[in-house]
Amino acid sequence: MSIDSGLRRTPLYDKHVALGAKMVPFAGWEMPIQYAGIVSEHRAVRGAAGLFDLSHMGEFFFEGPSALRALDGLISSDIAGLDVGHARYGLLTSEQGTIVDDVISYRVGPERVMVVVNASNIEKDAAHVRRHLPNDVRFDDRSMQTALIAPQGPRAAAILSRVAGMNVDDLMPFGVAETTVAGAKATVARTGYTGEDGFEVFVPNADAARVWDAILEAGKDDGIQPIGLGARDTLRLESRFSLYGNEIDETTNPIEAGLAWTCKLDKAFLGRDRIAQVKEAGPARRIAGLVVTGGVARHGHPIAKDGAIVGVVTSGTFGPTVEKNIALAYVPAELAKVGTQLGVRIREKDVPATVVKTPFYKRSEK
Amino acid sequence: VTVPQDLRYSKEHEWVRLDGDIATIGITHFAQEQLGDVVFVELPEKGATIRQFSSLGVVESVKAASDIYAPVSGEVVEANAALADSPGDVNAEPMGKGWFFKLRLTDRGELNSLLDEAGYAAYVKNLG
Repeated sequence: MSIDSGLRRTPLYDKHVALGAKMVPFAGWEMPIQYAGIVSEHRAVRGAAGLFDLSHMGEFFFEGPSALRALDGLISSDIAGLDVGHARYGLLTSEQGTIVDDVISYRVGPERVMVVVNASNIEKDAAHVRRHLPNDVRFDDRSMQTALIAPQGPRAAAILSRVAGMNVDDLMPFGVAETTVAGAKATVARTGYTGEDGFEVFVPNADAARVWDAILEAGKDDGIQPIGLGARDTLRLESRFSLYGNEIDETTNPIEAGLAWTCKLDKAFLGRDRIAQVKEAGPARRIAGLVVTGGVARHGHPIAKDGAIVGVVTSGTFGPTVEKNIALAYVPAELAKVGTQLGVRIREKDVPATVVKTPFYKRSEK
Repeated sequence: VTVPQDLRYSKEHEWVRLDGDIATIGITHFAQEQLGDVVFVELPEKGATIRQFSSLGVVESVKAASDIYAPVSGEVVEANAALADSPGDVNAEPMGKGWFFKLRLTDRGELNSLLDEAGYAAYVKNLG
């Protein structure tokens, strides 16, 4: 296969190739989709630990006395109330109350916030924040200089602590701290996208290979494995995390997407009034979790009720931990109730699907 | 690895093994490796008649769905029912218990349009 020269490579590209990864184009980057296989990688993360290269994601830095307040007006969740050393999930919203991106904001200093955005949205998000940011907030897009390496899974805390300048188990979930990893200056956060305990380690590109190797080596006896984007998707879907471009985009509002919990409606932010209206009236459609029997639902498959098309699958796969074919779909709000029988139209047949409670998988507490 | 001489291959990565006029059909090791973990297989009904190189089933991996093509024409005499409960057999033994279905051949001459072992091995090598 020839490689499109227009694709970007992360500083870990050579590591992935050496580890036998299958590389694919993703959001303008050449990324590993899998190494040993999606199912075994998925199980490694649930049972022990996995290491992800997420260097394609974007890192935006905002600095200044009014940085927190300015971001509070652009992001749906409570950013003004974020303590130093804490992070929060939220949405960049449009004037229309739709979703520009889903992001995690990390308050890394009294007047400094790092916002991590999706790779496919880096340029769009940068233009969006520039358009809305007051002049006294410094905005620095450090996406192309920053590598992101994520050890995830029940063994991740023990493994990362062996090579970090701190006991990372002292971090609270959604805590963030400046420390070192493998001697490199690093920002370490207890965040992730897998439904397991885990960490995200931000380092300069030049240190990425050293940090990657050190974590893999430190976790060898624990069974750590490199994990590709294939298992990243099955892990997030079992945990019912939204994927930008699937469940959410600039045509969806947070209420129908099941993200009302990320919207602090008693503050002012872009599109707040429209979101409040949808919440008040009740959305016409909602994301429902489905268990499908007799086929695998995929993004774009129609949802049928008694033979009529009523909705669409946003994401679908086989869930290796739940061992079922699972999907998320937009359906009319009245059909989103647990127990509702629907059909997924796969190759012109309506395959039975039942609306179930989500997340499909939730880890047991320690 | 010993290679049975009665095997033929399609460029769509199906294999055919002949026993009298009954052809057993499955996908190759190369195909299962490309697909990754197989989680669902949809096979034709017994009695269905199939034209050579037409699509007659689907194999789904975690990643994606791929069509299965009939390497030869015939009537379906049996589908591998065990794959409903253990689709992973396709990965574990693609040329053994991971077989898909059996056809009663209508035209032995069609076998000539398929690749033999050496031809298929060379074909796959060029794909690499």
